[in-house]
Amino acid sequence: MTSVNPAPPAAPVAATATATATEEAATPPSATAPPAAPWSALVSAALLGTERRTPPVVVRPGRSAAAALLDAAAVSTVRRRAGLRPALAADRPAPAPDDPRPVIPPAARRRLALLLADRGGTGGSSRRGAAPDLTELLPQWLTAAQAHGYRAPEALLPALLDAARARTDLRPAALALAGPRALWLARFHADWKFALRATDARAAPGAEDPGAVRRLWDEGLFAERVALLTAVRRSAPDAGRELLADTWPTEHAEDRLLFLDALREGLSPSDEAFLEGALADRSRTVRATAAELLSMLPESAFAARMADRAHGCVTLVPGTAGPSGPRIGVAPPRTCDEGMRRDGVTAKAPAGRGEHAWWLGQLVEAAPLRRWSERFGGRAPEDIVALPVADGWRTELHDAWCRAAVRQRDPAWARALLGAPGAAPEDTGGASGGSSRDPAKLLTVLPSGERAAWVAGFIAAHGLADAFRMLGVCAVPWAEPLGRSVVDALDIARDAGSYPWSFSGVMGLAERCLDPAAADRLDMLTAVTDEPEGASPGAGGYWAEAFQRLVGTLRLRATMLAELADPPDPGSPAEASAPGVPPVSGTG
Amino acid sequence: MNSQGERWTTDQVLALAPDEASRRAGGRLAGPGPWSGAGADGDGVWGLCEGSGRTPYRAVVDLTGPAYRCSCPSRKFPCKHALGLLLLWSGGGDAVPSGAPPPWADEWLTGRRERAGREATAPPEGGPPARATADAEPTARRAARRAARIGAGATELEQRLEDLLRTGLAAADGAGHPSWDETAARMVDAQAPGLASRVRELGALPTAGDDWPSRLLAECSLLHLLDQGFLAVERLPPPLAATVRTRVGLTTDTAELLTGPEASPVRDRWLVLSQHDTDEGRLTARRIHLRGERTGRMALHLSHSGGGRPLEPTLPPGLLLDADLAFHPGARPLRAVLGEQHAPPVQGPMPSGCGIDAALRAYGEALCDDPWLDSWPVVLADVTPIPADGESGWQLADADGESALPLDPRALPRPGLWRLAAISGGHPVTVFGTCGHRGFLPLTTWDPEPVPL
Repeated sequence: MTSVNPAPPAAPVAATATATATEEAATPPSATAPPAAPWSALVSAALLGTERRTPPVVVRPGRSAAAALLDAAAVSTVRRRAGLRPALAADRPAPAPDDPRPVIPPAARRRLALLLADRGGTGGSSRRGAAPDLTELLPQWLTAAQAHGYRAPEALLPALLDAARARTDLRPAALALAGPRALWLARFHADWKFALRATDARAAPGAEDPGAVRRLWDEGLFAERVALLTAVRRSAPDAGRELLADTWPTEHAEDRLLFLDALREGLSPSDEAFLEGALADRSRTVRATAAELLSMLPESAFAARMADRAHGCVTLVPGTAGPSGPRIGVAPPRTCDEGMRRDGVTAKAPAGRGEHAWWLGQLVEAAPLRRWSERFGGRAPEDIVALPVADGWRTELHDAWCRAAVRQRDPAWARALLGAPGAAPEDTGGASGGSSRDPAKLLTVLPSGERAAWVAGFIAAHGLADAFRMLGVCAVPWAEPLGRSVVDALDIARDAGSYPWSFSGVMGLAERCLDPAAADRLDMLTAVTDEPEGASPGAGGYWAEAFQRLVGTLRLRATMLAELADPPDPGSPAEASAPGVPPVSGTG
Repeated sequence: MNSQGERWTTDQVLALAPDEASRRAGGRLAGPGPWSGAGADGDGVWGLCEGSGRTPYRAVVDLTGPAYRCSCPSRKFPCKHALGLLLLWSGGGDAVPSGAPPPWADEWLTGRRERAGREATAPPEGGPPARATADAEPTARRAARRAARIGAGATELEQRLEDLLRTGLAAADGAGHPSWDETAARMVDAQAPGLASRVRELGALPTAGDDWPSRLLAECSLLHLLDQGFLAVERLPPPLAATVRTRVGLTTDTAELLTGPEASPVRDRWLVLSQHDTDEGRLTARRIHLRGERTGRMALHLSHSGGGRPLEPTLPPGLLLDADLAFHPGARPLRAVLGEQHAPPVQGPMPSGCGIDAALRAYGEALCDDPWLDSWPVVLADVTPIPADGESGWQLADADGESALPLDPRALPRPGLWRLAAISGGHPVTVFGTCGHRGFLPLTTWDPEPVPL
């Protein structure tokens, strides 16, 4: 075989690449080589086959046409590849806006990478094992990072956007940390469009552009309009109400309900007239919502009407001498008249409730709490709550006051109704129907320190069994003595010999909410103890594991927060470059 | 701080994880909670990890390898404890103070160092040289027999390709031709794995799209070129002959490269540009790209794991190794084996790079030496990623000028592409990757720390 393959390809290829570097049809400089056929001619010859078409190549003696075609195609292929020309650059995207915030410190950056990497692990949320559950720590980390005014490192933005996409509760904090670079990025990826929507709502036209507001209100989609109304209410409550009032008669009933609900934001006495009008709405749920909002305005005519009705039913019966002091007498309304119905009182009681008691509850719930003091001779809330109630109406009356205290955000009444945390919860009058009150809701009305102290007292007296929801409304990290009382209660539960997963809810909360400083105190609990008499088999080991996990999580949280608090190291060149300056090459 | 002064970054540690699950599990152990007695010196990190058993697990890492040892029963390598320990250590702070190793860690670390010392001074394995001379004659006969079988395979493959071209590509999927898989199996029988895998790729070429005849002809012609090269290998210049032999599937003895009579290792400060693992059936392949600071040479270190063998070495991007590399012979040497390391690795700088035109030129020049190259590694500097928009796909464009490179379609499903876009934010960046006829495949960028893509 005398063919010059394969060594020679280097020659024309080299010529193409280094000298001409142009079209594939360029003539190779070698005089012995035949003029090369264009690639497309070779491809069509190959498609048809050399049997049917003589290929546009020179066939040397002793070689088949097919081999000659392959020879030519090989030379052409290498030549085309070696002579590849750059493509014409498409329109470059406008650079992302600068984010002047400092990037998170290096240690916190590593932490965030770990928290995001752990996301979505199938076994990750198991309540077993001694290792912390990182997924549950991400929300805390984001909140803390946001409080420091940091921005996220660019390399983690895709993972952060993915996390925010999967968990809507993370979105506000994740997007705030991610900043304008993430929004810039989200434009290019269909999965991340949510980020643009989320910020569109926030970036709704403000009061300074009434024309744009009006246009969006008149033409926008329902969700956009709700977001717009909420935004306008936040900055200019009256303008928001007027916007709604203009189109009110033409809105659908379901839409009216949600629009009305948006008026909670910035609710004030100037909304009263509009709400009074809504009491005559065709839809029952709209009427009920209007009544509820009006009851949050203690000076309103509606509140006064409700107070009059309630006061007519609940009276102070002066005490006679001797053991029977003054008490509260209750005479529930006999009928649900037209006026009551117009003011949002629901006439039909739910199954199992007497309609008189049902009406009474609604009246008391909507009546302003402040006016009960005048009604009861200037008594303070705790004194009123302490008054005996006649004829077994205590539970009904107190439950209604509880709802009113939550609705009217009245700490004095909430405090009085909660009573002492150590008091037995059953000690609420022993009504047969049982109380529907929710201490966790009442607690939200109290300042956070007082809230924690009350829950601590409750746990010390009653243990953890009913404490889960109350713990959930306490501020993080748990203030003392709350943390200590939770730990003590867990220790007691272990000594009682039950399995730790009976307390997994509280354990999980404790991991996220206990002050990390409590870790050292907890260390001694991580040892495997001798199982007490009658304990569930193996419980001791599981408890030790659960406490290890608790301590481990607390330590991790302490580390996490310390990492965020670290000021960026001024000595590190990585951090020294000003934000927004693109990295430049040339250091190597 | 340890005497080495440089702790690895989290990315570097995470890159060691054998799989996603270990990465997560290691991350959960990266807090101080479960650890006690942790410490580090210049070359090792150790610690006791509280696990589900009564005795804590003992984890030690030899940073010079790196190599790992843990008393846990896990078959993962490194196990989550070793990963967690390294993450804790990489996080800095006081969780892993420097100090002297406890006896249980010291024993292993010292043992490893002594072994390493012996291996460096003694000829590898001690025995083989003697046996090699004794076996020299049969080895040569075996090699000749294998070359003959491959030659027969190449001739058969030539026949197959010429048949295809005679009847036409349009009839390629019609009857009369054996399937590409059958032909690939014939090449395996002929002991030509390189030919076999190229044939399999022919079969995997999509027969959809307007340009499939063009792609099929291109690949067939290059396979033909390789056949012809092997059949005439005796007449080729030695470097090109070596390239052809390697591409056909004849392997080079790596120990020979480092210590054989013709060994010519290149000592340089090698900057690790990327480390990427790919799943190749039962094996995982690890490709580590390096560039010499003094020589400017690109190198590719390839290793495999499988059957419980761990992937080694682990060299996260950004490390700078003062080491010997021995290149496999060839017209365009790229693949290399790692020889002696003269100093512990340190954190390297961000690499310098070139523009789009120079990158294409580098690929073109590499093709002059090795026409079968699909791509060539390059560092691009000052290029802006342009995300896909409508009909135009992703591009990397020079910060100034009109030149752009389309991205290799294989890059598109990878999440790293979005990291690249995020880091750029529309500004120019430095990107390492491979530039080839399918486009540019980005592997690492710098922010200014190296970020794997």
